[in-house]
Amino acid sequence: MIKKFVLYVGNPDNSGTLKKLSYIALVLVFVSDFFVHRGHAIYIWDKIPGWGAFYGFVSCVVIILVSKFLGHQGGIMHDEDYYDD
Amino acid sequence: MIDWFHPSIVFIAGSILIPFLRGKVRDAYLMMIPILGVATIFHMSPGTYWTYNFLGNPLTFGAVDKLSIVFGWVFTIASFISIVYALHVKDTGQHVAAFIYVGGSLGVTFAGDFFTLFIFWELMAFSSAYLVFARREKEALEAGYRYILVHIFGGVCLLGGIMLHYLKTKSIAVGPLVQDGSLSFYLILAGVMLNAAVPPLHAWLTDAYPEGTVTGSVFMSAFTTKTAVYVLVRVFPGTELLMYLGTIMALYGVVYAVLENDCRRLLAYHIISQVGYMVAGVGIGSDMSLNGSVSHAFAHILYKGLLFMGAGAVIQMTGKRKLTELGGLYKTMPITLVLYMIGGFAISAFPLFSGFVTKSMVVSGAAHDHHPAVALLLTMASAGTFLHTGLKLPYYMFFGKDSGIEAKEPPVNMLIAMGFAAFLCIGIGVLPGPLYKLLPYPVHFNPYTGDHVTSALGILLFTGLGFFMLLKKLDPEPTISVDTDWVYRKGSRVFMWIVKKPITIYESYLAEVYNTWFTRFTLFISNFSARVIDVRGIDGIVNGVAGFFIGLAGILRGSATGLVRNYALTMLISGTAIIAYYLFAYLTRQ
Repeated sequence: MIKKFVLYVGNPDNSGTLKKLSYIALVLVFVSDFFVHRGHAIYIWDKIPGWGAFYGFVSCVVIILVSKFLGHQGGIMHDEDYYDD
Repeated sequence: MIDWFHPSIVFIAGSILIPFLRGKVRDAYLMMIPILGVATIFHMSPGTYWTYNFLGNPLTFGAVDKLSIVFGWVFTIASFISIVYALHVKDTGQHVAAFIYVGGSLGVTFAGDFFTLFIFWELMAFSSAYLVFARREKEALEAGYRYILVHIFGGVCLLGGIMLHYLKTKSIAVGPLVQDGSLSFYLILAGVMLNAAVPPLHAWLTDAYPEGTVTGSVFMSAFTTKTAVYVLVRVFPGTELLMYLGTIMALYGVVYAVLENDCRRLLAYHIISQVGYMVAGVGIGSDMSLNGSVSHAFAHILYKGLLFMGAGAVIQMTGKRKLTELGGLYKTMPITLVLYMIGGFAISAFPLFSGFVTKSMVVSGAAHDHHPAVALLLTMASAGTFLHTGLKLPYYMFFGKDSGIEAKEPPVNMLIAMGFAAFLCIGIGVLPGPLYKLLPYPVHFNPYTGDHVTSALGILLFTGLGFFMLLKKLDPEPTISVDTDWVYRKGSRVFMWIVKKPITIYESYLAEVYNTWFTRFTLFISNFSARVIDVRGIDGIVNGVAGFFIGLAGILRGSATGLVRNYALTMLISGTAIIAYYLFAYLTRQ
């Protein structure tokens, strides 16, 4: 059963269906955040519905862009034989 | 009836018999030791046991309270999982080293005084180094040497701090240190921070862990850093510096993980990131955040072990470790993939997985204690965690472009170990109650509130959206990333060059002087002597002396085999030990 599921997910033919399911999940998660009780909010952003989705997306983009910038322009990344000589 | 038994004895004494056993008997014995270890923890109740007098100071081997018991639980459970994963390994040396390593960890956990703590601390460093050396390849040997030298440095800091602390307070009892900004405080802190892999003292971890054996690295991922977290919780609660360093750590690991191509090194950077949460929790120092650090260490040991086991299984079955060379393994290793993903969901803190109920405690601790920036940055780091461990690594390893590698599922013992770890990752996530009961302070925290679940899911799923949108940017590149280990890998060469250059100039100048004056002078004398003194009379003496020296050289050569660095290392270790002993003897006499 596990194998069947994994093969289904990995098969490129099913990527369209999976994409649609993912979009539905994104919308569901985003919308449900508007209907929950916010009893524990400490900061202002805890009170904004959809904050998690927004902050998650922004974090992801920032992390990728900043890291790649530091890696390429900041001199962190080197050829694999950098330490051999 | 024995009221307390030291679990380290189970592991260290138990390891002696391993080389003499074969086959199924050996397998059963290997599994029995950690089970006995778990049993000793199960029977433990808080108190002070096994105190001995050594040079006028009490050495306590059994300082037992809730904090040490919870670490005792997870260390013994992790040792069981890791040894099941390693059962197929024939190299008994690795099993012996691993058990001594676990014994060292437990020894630190139950040490009631700094001297005992230090002894077990060093035992951990040396036994774990063997797990790197055991891969027996050039890169592994070199990384192993760097690993041990860096840990000796950390040990010296720790020992120096302990000595100064003793001089000042006349006490070696392990407990919260007074934050007086003294040298002893910072030396002990630096020694412990090195083992907790706090930047800039972290590079040994990402250098050595990916070079260890497949099974050895699973052990290593569990013990060294988390033992250090235990000591931080015990000795440095509420040290503000740690809150900032922990937050930096959490993001530091994430940034390097974006750039990393080696699968186990990527996971190693995520150890740094995750330990960052624990270090930050210690720095915040409230009951909630300390509970968070401890519970996160507990959950982390299990899911990080699972992730290292998954990546190790892929390395073992394909012989490849770089993401650029892997891909498309979902068809042949589906069970490994699913088990790995459970670890990935746990580390990413998906609801119903262990990370969710522990990591959120640290973040909430930061929020409750009025550190909004820390809370926000730690949340950002958790998006990065899912991005790499839950998306990037599995995508490029199991999906992505098909590498065409013919692989199959790993041996059954490896799958069972992974299954057991996966079971605990889900179990803790679904029923956090038993873990919360083990924590040192009473827990008033419910992770499963509506807004918490939806906002966590929002963060994670929209991170996923960002990942697929920027997929092209994330393609792994065949590079390595320069980290602070540059200082001793490349920087040492700069140092050597500076040393060599002036010496070369000085030497050539000296040679010039020698040539011009001494050689001519000597030639003149010798010409004179050759003419004046009978050559034959001297010959006999010269031959006799030469024969003597040739013999002596032979003896010296025989005794001088091996590498210079072996000697340097041995001298360094024994020198440290002797000085430590005499200093201690001297200090305690007063």
